[in-house]
Amino acid sequence: MNAAGSAPGNDPGSPLWFLAELTYRCPLQCAYCSNPLDFARYREELTTDEWLRVLREVRQLGAVQLGFSGGEPLVRKDLEILVAEARKLGFYSNLITSGVGLDGDRLAALKEAGLDHVQISFQAATAELSDDVAGRAQFAHKEAMAREIRRQGYPMVLNVVLHRRNLDQIEEILQMAADLGADYVELANTQYHGWAYLNRTALMPSRRQLLHAEEVANRWRKRMEGRMKIYFIWSDYYEGRPKPCMNGWGTTFIGVAPDGSAIPCHGAAMLPGPALPSVREHGLDWIWRESELFNRFRGTEWMQEPCRSCPERGKDFGGCRCQAYLLSGDAAVTDPTCSLSPLHERVRHAVERADLPGAPAEQPLLLRNARHSRQLSEAENSPEPDPATTEQR
Amino acid sequence: MTAIGPDTRITLGHGMRFQWEPSQEAHVLLYPEGMVKLNDSASAVLKHCDGRRVSEILEALHTQFPDADLDADVHAFLEDAHERGWIRAGE
Ligand code: SF4
Ligand code: SF4
Repeated sequence: MNAAGSAPGNDPGSPLWFLAELTYRCPLQCAYCSNPLDFARYREELTTDEWLRVLREVRQLGAVQLGFSGGEPLVRKDLEILVAEARKLGFYSNLITSGVGLDGDRLAALKEAGLDHVQISFQAATAELSDDVAGRAQFAHKEAMAREIRRQGYPMVLNVVLHRRNLDQIEEILQMAADLGADYVELANTQYHGWAYLNRTALMPSRRQLLHAEEVANRWRKRMEGRMKIYFIWSDYYEGRPKPCMNGWGTTFIGVAPDGSAIPCHGAAMLPGPALPSVREHGLDWIWRESELFNRFRGTEWMQEPCRSCPERGKDFGGCRCQAYLLSGDAAVTDPTCSLSPLHERVRHAVERADLPGAPAEQPLLLRNARHSRQLSEAENSPEPDPATTEQR
Repeated sequence: MTAIGPDTRITLGHGMRFQWEPSQEAHVLLYPEGMVKLNDSASAVLKHCDGRRVSEILEALHTQFPDADLDADVHAFLEDAHERGWIRAGE
């Protein structure tokens, strides 16, 4: 073996990142949400004691960065208890929140418990557009909460998922971030998984929009040097090369979904194959080292051509397995966002369609909420909905 | 930007945490959603960046490594660390 990663049976090393998806309940309905389409099925959330055990076991494995996420993690009343335990264990804990449901007292209590950092997401720079992509987004409240996060001395990352409808607000978004005193701004272009895949036609921007937004971000980066760090992250659809998804399957990242399913990446729940290993049935050590799921795409043995003999395979690991599955029906093929993939034209066509004037802007968004989730789950037997057909309706 | 002189007080950057990580067998610097693994000399200096003055940090290092001529290296490291946002320099 000469590439990065390790084959099953070898020591996989330690994960660094642990994502605790505490709940899929959320007051917002972002049309690009990366939660599973059938999130409404996840009813049996782990109890406080179960989460405490999971935290201890994952820390034992060596993970040090911890994200409390969801859904909206603030929905869990026991968040303070979990944060306190995380601090005791030596995790660096990040709260990944929309700010909806937050108030000054809760922030102070979380600080007291040892929370290190808050990442707050905004949908847009105006209330109107925020409501448009996320249901009732409570824009003014979120702004107030961002100010409160800074007032209480937390480092703050302000995250905005970018897409066709808000990219042209980039100037206003950066102005807002500067006014709110963000330490870091993450301008992350939509990745087309989960709900975003369903809404792909409506969300995909033209290349012109992306280039303009990047230029504005670069200008602001210079202006804010030393005060606010700005990251502008392209979507792999437009780049011709996939992202090094999760820094390689089973090398760095481990997540646990609200019901206790362990996941090697955000989208793993939709992959075909045996049921996800549950922390209710197995120790985290076994899940990380031994489970079939975490070994499925470890190392390079599983790869097909063109990845198998490609010099890039140790850098991008063949891209994202969920995207490969979404776009081809086979999770082990080269990620079609790669220009070397025989299926790349599917991605290219989508990008070209987004460049056509007019039409996509009129596409309605399917908001992420429990009703839509149940409807989608009921449409059983039907494979992943294909935006190409959705579009023709 | 503050120039770093003997009287400058050095603290860790906003939101930074310095700790020993058994699984890395190294000291690390943790910050929002990231981590740097530190080599021995970086961690020897950062250990003392708790609001002490540069002169005090040097004194502590001289006690720890009596035979080493390290002032220039420490200054260069502090400048670099400041640029990266690992430390803050104040009066
Ligand atoms: S992306 Fe939006 S809907 Fe999804 S969990 Fe986050 S805030 Fe809720
Ligand atoms: S062929 Fe595979 S390894 Fe090579 S660049 Fe494309 S995705 Fe990466």
